[in-house]
Amino acid sequence: MENDMAAKIAANPKYQKLVATRSSFGWILTLIMMVVYYGYIAIIAFNKDVLAARLGEGVMTVGIPVGLGVIFFTILITGFYVRRANSEFDQLTREIVEESGK
Amino acid sequence: MIGSNAKLLGGLALALLSSVALAAGGDLGQAEKQATNWTAIMMFGVFVLGTLYITKWAASKTKSAADFYTAGGGITGFQNGLAIAGDYMSAASFLGISAAVMASGYDGLIYSIGFLVGWPVITFLMAERLRNLGKFTFADVAAYRFQQTPIRAFAASGTLVVVAFYLIAQMVGAGQLIKLLFGLEYWMAVVIVGALMMIYVLFGGMTATTWVQIIKACLLLAGASFMAFMVLLNYGFSPEAMFADAVRIKTEVATAGGKTAVEASTIGQAIMGPGSFIKDPISAISFGMALMFGTAGLPHVLMRFFTVPDAKEARKSVFWATTWIGYFYILTFIIGFGAIVLVSTNPGFLDAKGGLIGGSNMAAIHLANAVGGNVFLGFISAVAFATILAVVAGLTLSGASAVSHDLYSTVFKKGNADSAAELRVSRITTLVLGVVAVVLGIAFEKQNIAFMVSLAFAIAASANFPVLFMSVLWKDCTTRGATIGGFLGLITAVVLTIVSPSVWEATLGNPKGSALFPYASPALFSMAAGFIGIWLFSILDNSARAKEDRAGYMAQKVRSETGIGAASASSH
Repeated sequence: MENDMAAKIAANPKYQKLVATRSSFGWILTLIMMVVYYGYIAIIAFNKDVLAARLGEGVMTVGIPVGLGVIFFTILITGFYVRRANSEFDQLTREIVEESGK
Repeated sequence: MIGSNAKLLGGLALALLSSVALAAGGDLGQAEKQATNWTAIMMFGVFVLGTLYITKWAASKTKSAADFYTAGGGITGFQNGLAIAGDYMSAASFLGISAAVMASGYDGLIYSIGFLVGWPVITFLMAERLRNLGKFTFADVAAYRFQQTPIRAFAASGTLVVVAFYLIAQMVGAGQLIKLLFGLEYWMAVVIVGALMMIYVLFGGMTATTWVQIIKACLLLAGASFMAFMVLLNYGFSPEAMFADAVRIKTEVATAGGKTAVEASTIGQAIMGPGSFIKDPISAISFGMALMFGTAGLPHVLMRFFTVPDAKEARKSVFWATTWIGYFYILTFIIGFGAIVLVSTNPGFLDAKGGLIGGSNMAAIHLANAVGGNVFLGFISAVAFATILAVVAGLTLSGASAVSHDLYSTVFKKGNADSAAELRVSRITTLVLGVVAVVLGIAFEKQNIAFMVSLAFAIAASANFPVLFMSVLWKDCTTRGATIGGFLGLITAVVLTIVSPSVWEATLGNPKGSALFPYASPALFSMAAGFIGIWLFSILDNSARAKEDRAGYMAQKVRSETGIGAASASSH
């Protein structure tokens, strides 16, 4: 792509909005995912008894729903991003591409 | 399979035997040879026939280099998601994780979660940028605005080193697994895997590799779902009842081993919480980083982002991949507990010493027999082989792409190679890689190669990922910084692995405690070396080239964000 063409797109307010919104959205979700995973690992590394504690009368422990919860959370947060990116962000991208005349 | 059918299938299986490739997982350890399993061999024969037919179809569509590398960009997000999941659900993870759950319960879950959590991060930060900037290999992205030769040389090294370790692990696993499941000789297994994998890649390129992977992913998911369903059915779909039974069995085993009632009940309940898998916080975090960011640097996974038409489909692929992989890990968790209750209590599956017949990695295989009989056992065995075969094909394809596209076409021919010549080089490389993989697979038969898959992840996280990440997201990154930093990450990961306990003591046989690097994974340190190297040598770089590199950032960013000018979806 020519540099002046890129400069023209970079000056488009819609482009700036897209980049700002999408990158902050992406980074916030990345941060949340890191906190969830490394939080889980930190609990295991520093105080694993928390997860080994029993939930009720039976053998079920806190760790089972928490561990499976991390798996479900991982799938859901990915879906959450993809949903917004494939609708809102893609719409904005399409408008930018059209306005760039290419 | 009775009467005339058996005759037909038997003949078929015999005819196939000489050319059939059998696949296996990563670090499966040493295995004992079993009696020849004809049901499994027949089922695998059917799989091979089917995939060879697909390869024939794919070959008719593989005419240009673009077809070979990316299936012409015509794979949908859903299909690609299954293929990515297939690359990830290796026989090592299927057999290894279910065996880990059977042995220590909850720790197996912690291990599998580590493999999953890299996917959202790839989605949020990399997927669409990769698709918008790249064409055939991840080096297309990393070298977008840089001087081509040094970055391509680095990326090809990073790719080939990762592929080599991963491939050796898979080949050795294939040989061990085939002894276990099919009762064939080790060397035969390795040769068959090598031969079939070469046929897929040589003739069918990415189209065949992808469809083999998709079919195998569906078979594996279906088989594992059936096993988990049967286990839960046994307990009226009450997880509590299944867990309680598993705890009771573990307690009884401990009691029989001479423990007091209190000790035994502690040991029994221990499978329900974290055990000794995570020893110290540094190892835990370092290992987590290798898995999380290594995923984003595995060349055979990254190349799959170029097989879809656009960024939207690229995002969909990672979502589906994450979903299927997450689902698969939940299944392996249930399968592991199923093995505790249904396999470890059945003397038919145990040897004289009370261990599993064939070794601890046989947990899922014996469970298949327990819930579905001999035919289902054959099915799961065949799927396990198919799995290794598919993963090995993907690895070989990414190694071949690195040589033909990055080294031959871009570095040696300066981008002037024609498509036919590039395709010829990829095919020659495929042959060479196949032969090398077979030779190394046989050479490493008796070695302890457990470290190889985690080393591949550590290198991917410390060399490929930092270069990719910084070149795409950091304006001031330069050719010199990326090349030096990337090699620093690569060398640090390899050296720290060599002086870590798993290689220095377990593989090289030095005395216990003599390893210079005490932690399980080098990633925390080698990733830091990679990132700091890139940063430092970039800011110190005042060359004319560095100015060009920085000036190119804006155009790269616009394309990475919008996809304007991105490599077209299809070459047709």
